[in-house]
Amino acid sequence: MSHHLYDEMQSLGGDVRSHYRDFAAWLQRTPGDKIAQKREEAERAFHRVGITFAVYGEDGGTERLIPFDIVPRIIPADEWRTLERGLKQRVRTLNLFLKDIYNEQAILKAGLIPPERVLGNAQYRREMQGFDVPGGIYAHVAGVDIVRAGEGEYYVLEDNLRVPSGVSYMLENRRMMMRLFPELFATQSIKPVEHYPDLLLENLRGVAPAGEDQPEVAVLTPGAYNSAYFEHAFLAQQMGVELVEGQDLFVQNDAVYMRTTRGPQRVHVLYRRVDDDFLDPLAFRPDSMLGVPGLFSAYRAGKVTLANAIGTGVADDKSIYPFVPELIRFYLTEEPVLHNVPTWQLRKSDDLAYCLDHLAELVVKEVHGAGGYGMLVGPAASSGEIDAFRARIVAHPDKYIAQPTLALSTCPTFTDSGLAPRHVDLRPYVLSGKAVNLVPGGLTRVALREGSLVVNSSQGGGTKDTWVMAH
Amino acid sequence: MLCRTANELYWMARHIERAENTARLLDVTYRMSLLPYEVVEPGLAWAQPWAVPLITSGLATAFYQRFPQLSAENVLRFMVLDAANSSSIYCCLRAARESARSVRGAITSEMYEDLNSSWLEMRRQDYDRIQTAGVSEFLDWVKMRSHLFRGVTFGTMLRDEAYHFIRLGTHIERADNTARILDVKYHTLLPSAADVGGAVDYYQWGALLRSLSGFESYRKIYSDVITPRRVAELLVLREDMPRSLHACLNLIHETLEVLCDESSKEIERAAGELHARLHYGKTDDIIKLGLHEYLMEFLDRISALGMEINRRFLVPTY
Repeated sequence: MSHHLYDEMQSLGGDVRSHYRDFAAWLQRTPGDKIAQKREEAERAFHRVGITFAVYGEDGGTERLIPFDIVPRIIPADEWRTLERGLKQRVRTLNLFLKDIYNEQAILKAGLIPPERVLGNAQYRREMQGFDVPGGIYAHVAGVDIVRAGEGEYYVLEDNLRVPSGVSYMLENRRMMMRLFPELFATQSIKPVEHYPDLLLENLRGVAPAGEDQPEVAVLTPGAYNSAYFEHAFLAQQMGVELVEGQDLFVQNDAVYMRTTRGPQRVHVLYRRVDDDFLDPLAFRPDSMLGVPGLFSAYRAGKVTLANAIGTGVADDKSIYPFVPELIRFYLTEEPVLHNVPTWQLRKSDDLAYCLDHLAELVVKEVHGAGGYGMLVGPAASSGEIDAFRARIVAHPDKYIAQPTLALSTCPTFTDSGLAPRHVDLRPYVLSGKAVNLVPGGLTRVALREGSLVVNSSQGGGTKDTWVMAH
Repeated sequence: MLCRTANELYWMARHIERAENTARLLDVTYRMSLLPYEVVEPGLAWAQPWAVPLITSGLATAFYQRFPQLSAENVLRFMVLDAANSSSIYCCLRAARESARSVRGAITSEMYEDLNSSWLEMRRQDYDRIQTAGVSEFLDWVKMRSHLFRGVTFGTMLRDEAYHFIRLGTHIERADNTARILDVKYHTLLPSAADVGGAVDYYQWGALLRSLSGFESYRKIYSDVITPRRVAELLVLREDMPRSLHACLNLIHETLEVLCDESSKEIERAAGELHARLHYGKTDDIIKLGLHEYLMEFLDRISALGMEINRRFLVPTY
């Protein structure tokens, strides 16, 4: 791997970058035991508040704390302006793409994407064809994963358009930092993110079925044992709306109702954090205990809005990802502001041949994979692991894409042996409704193991607060 | 409010209140066990003070399925720490915290944090730790955690439906538990018939009063020796005594008046009837019927009211 890693805080020469100057000075003058005490305070507070997540594969209800690091990831104002522009452009495009493929299919007619990539995709929902969703918005909430590599240029690593999670950590991390270091916020101009829930609620109300003046919004969760349950409850509470499970809802005459202590009550917008497959046992998986029978029919009848829409997965699929820059040119006639990571599509024989020869240098991902599962990080893998993965690729090359192992930027992070550079990424949350909006910031995830590039919380990643400077 | 939410809030409150009252029940048992007593009929387990909390909670059968013999240690293990006894303090705090977790949007973050802290601390307890710190010390801790939770609830929560369902759960459970704790004395034997009205008898009534936080109030109100008649009056009929049956029914009736609409008038009426029996009841009549008999009848009525609440608000069928 390259030795010239881009560090968020220090330039290659060891100088502190200007936007980190105040924080670095604070680190410098604060005694070690005071910092240790702050770190303990943070851990205690997170435990008490109960900001935990469940880990799949561990015994039911196992709750773990996502490690939190007190060194913020700081983004200078000018870089954020570019990111913001690029993110809005990208998400606007992906919504146009979704609307197109479920309706006119102009992109397929233009021959820019092989039709089977879209229509044959397991995430493409035929049930959604020819049906107007309110405002033409499909991905109301998008989490776009951004990394920084080489000399510090930003790349989009992936788009998450299904039920992206993590925004509660963005908000809680900020609350924690303001509690631990009020003086740092008092003396610097750090842009606020706390209004995210208000923005989300406004956004959701804006996509209610036409004619509803006072739309009732609810958050639909799979339940308390879901890994992101804390976040579902948190967002419902912050927005002041009901947190419902499938069992709390029923459908009558294509309208959706909640079971309340005062009888049935209508719901117009569901911010659903349940996967497509489980939403409605009558329309999708019949064995789903999490869904609401008849929900899809109510949706198609225009009596309830689902956010995100059903079938958005096709647009964040890794087999569509390589086409996104083309999509931006096609739908917006603009040049992409943010770069894609160069990607080999292993269904193409040239790409496959090259990658099989260079597995030890590449990151290989499953096209439909999510959460860091089913992926090979070549430089970190043993030869045995590489051989096992090679066999899987050869059996189904079309299920994989490969990318160069990016030298992800690092950010100083507290470790057992003191402050050390660890790789980070960034997930801003883009809201689409009547307008496209995002709060200045996002979730910075950090790979806590030395040298590791995997930042997923299920794989030993931690989080940091993300500061966007006002100037 | 969602029925599921109301259900979780109601049971969250009931479980916290039950944990507190189990601590009170064990506290009175512990105090009584320190007194001299004779096994009147050798071999009869119920004759021992540590059988009493099992009997009044209706848990004797469950206990003997889990433990071969009656002893202070086994009863404490069963009533405090046993993960298989759904009424143990351990299970009550776990259930309360799980309920809170599943409806955390409906309560304040301070309330959740408080319950979560209680649970995290409870999880660290084991028998040796409790013994080392002292049984009374531990039972006091349980009571304090319950007081704290009620205080946080009172001090932070919007007076909305959620608040009312929490209050309803607290007072339904408290009414039931106070009746059971009062009944302890009925099951606790004196060394001999001649001891009725004697020092041990006096001390037993005193222990019962203390466990219901009524000792000082008793002194203030009556300024006299402790008699069963006055204890009954204080903890059944006096509405200024916060753990009395009358005080509980005041709150239950008041809360149901807020929660019930036209379609649920019957629950409000049933609560009103039960309330009236306490409001207009006479100590003489209780003594004539027998306190134990009176309490048994009350437990049936409060349980019936609980089932109606369940059917109408918490797990409706429509």
